[in-house]
Amino acid sequence: MRRNKWMILLEAIVLIVCVVVFCLPFYFILLTAMKTAPDAALMNLQWPEQNMLWENIKEVFGARNYMLVRAFWNSTLLTVFSLLILVVVSSMAAFVLQRRTHRFTSLAMLLVMAGLIIPPAVVPTIWVLEGIGLFKTLMGMISVEVAIHFSFCVLLYKAFIGGIPREIDEAAVMDGVGGLGLFYRVIFPLLKPVTATIVVIEAVFIFNDFTHPLYFLPGAKNVTVQLTLYNFTSQYVSQWNLLFANALLITLPPLILFLFFSKKIVAGMTAGAVKG
Amino acid sequence: MTKVFKRVYPFYFLIPAGIFYILLFLVPTAVSFFFSLTRWSLMDWSFIGLDNFVTFFKEPWLYTGLQNTMIFAILTSGLKVVFGLLLGVFLCSRIKSGEFIKSLVFFPVLVSTIAVGITFENLMHPSNGIINGFLAWFGLKGPNLLGDPDLALVSVALVDVWKGIGIATVIFIAGIKSIPEEYSEALQIDGGNAWHKFWNIIIPLSRPAMNTVIMLSLIGGLKTFDLIWAMTKGGPGFSTDTIASIIFKQYQAGFYGLSTAGNVILFLIVILIVMPLMKLLTRNEVEM
Repeated sequence: MRRNKWMILLEAIVLIVCVVVFCLPFYFILLTAMKTAPDAALMNLQWPEQNMLWENIKEVFGARNYMLVRAFWNSTLLTVFSLLILVVVSSMAAFVLQRRTHRFTSLAMLLVMAGLIIPPAVVPTIWVLEGIGLFKTLMGMISVEVAIHFSFCVLLYKAFIGGIPREIDEAAVMDGVGGLGLFYRVIFPLLKPVTATIVVIEAVFIFNDFTHPLYFLPGAKNVTVQLTLYNFTSQYVSQWNLLFANALLITLPPLILFLFFSKKIVAGMTAGAVKG
Repeated sequence: MTKVFKRVYPFYFLIPAGIFYILLFLVPTAVSFFFSLTRWSLMDWSFIGLDNFVTFFKEPWLYTGLQNTMIFAILTSGLKVVFGLLLGVFLCSRIKSGEFIKSLVFFPVLVSTIAVGITFENLMHPSNGIINGFLAWFGLKGPNLLGDPDLALVSVALVDVWKGIGIATVIFIAGIKSIPEEYSEALQIDGGNAWHKFWNIIIPLSRPAMNTVIMLSLIGGLKTFDLIWAMTKGGPGFSTDTIASIIFKQYQAGFYGLSTAGNVILFLIVILIVMPLMKLLTRNEVEM
């Protein structure tokens, strides 16, 4: 295709439309977070007379006895520990599921794939958590995140392990290495690229998770950042500036990850989707 | 060889993952079928047969939820296919700002759904909102996008498309890029133009990508809860309630049996729609 005048015009139009449609909402968040409450209630794109961003952020953090600080702490713990467990258990499982062909592994793989399609049963999960004494605990919440995100991780790991030649395993076995040694000393280090992809993508998803903490981690002590923002919607009915200051704060971590790892995130999510 | 397999690829590698997955995903799914037939308080239960399901189909405000779920899923996945394909084709052509536009379109995928919901609630405000302000420029009187029961579901669906179009776009880009160059070369020799290329090469050969987008957004659409909860809480009235929001409302109200019946219905709908569709779609894929 030759680059002609029409193509350039079309590109300009698409570019402008995309900038307006996809940037304006974020610009609006930033702008509203900088305003006073009465100005924010006007909901317009006027530049604020004085910049209240810092004051608003301080007030949001101080609200309800520093609830947001606790929320960031809880969300960080939830994200970090879920990721650690996910990486360890799903890479091990994917290794065996990829390498062994057996009636049992194909059945197991079918069950794992079901996790990508079937919606988790809510109240029965609470029933199980109560039964093992983990309902309303961070440990219980971490376990649920692991169970829910496990299928996607296995999918990515399995596809990647499929590209590692079996000769590597054989050479290691010749050297007298057993199953665990082979996996942790030889295979796992080779998985670094896909592990990085999984860590970045799942970090964003678990940090952004609203639905599951809403069900499985109730209680003021346990709030996560998404729940705090949701709770503030009923508390700050007429103070949009504070609500958007909070929204701005929880949009920053994914933005930072995206700026550094956009290629990895896009590639990982495309691969996950296509393989599924 | 089998002996060596057992030693270097041992099944006990599946145990750690299995504990989490079986206990917190498979077991709840399995027992949901039983508890959907009960009146349930977590402490104890009494068997009531199919009463919960009958309620779901008899009560108009629950039945609306079933309809809304279907409308929402079909509408969002249709729009994601159309816009994702158009954007994908456009971004694969020779343009300078491709990477930039791709990043713009993709970023909302990574943003908190609650933050997106609150933002669009503001933008869609009937009197002050920017969207209606924009329409007023052209002398149009903007509708009450989230307050009008006839419009609210479509408005939330549009926000869902805004947030999810990025995934559809990158999947289409991957699909289009995997089409071998020879096809367009052959087309050029035969004197075909860009339009022919779109209809006769890109559309049929990006079918795997299109199927992925359809399945992914259909499954996601059927399960949608957080965006609806952040924007309308199922209102006004029950006009934006979906099965997922009903599951939550019944759970909050303490009707655990009814809530779990909602889960089972969602499970059945997903399976009954997704499985045959997957078969149908993959059968129609063309060999490259």
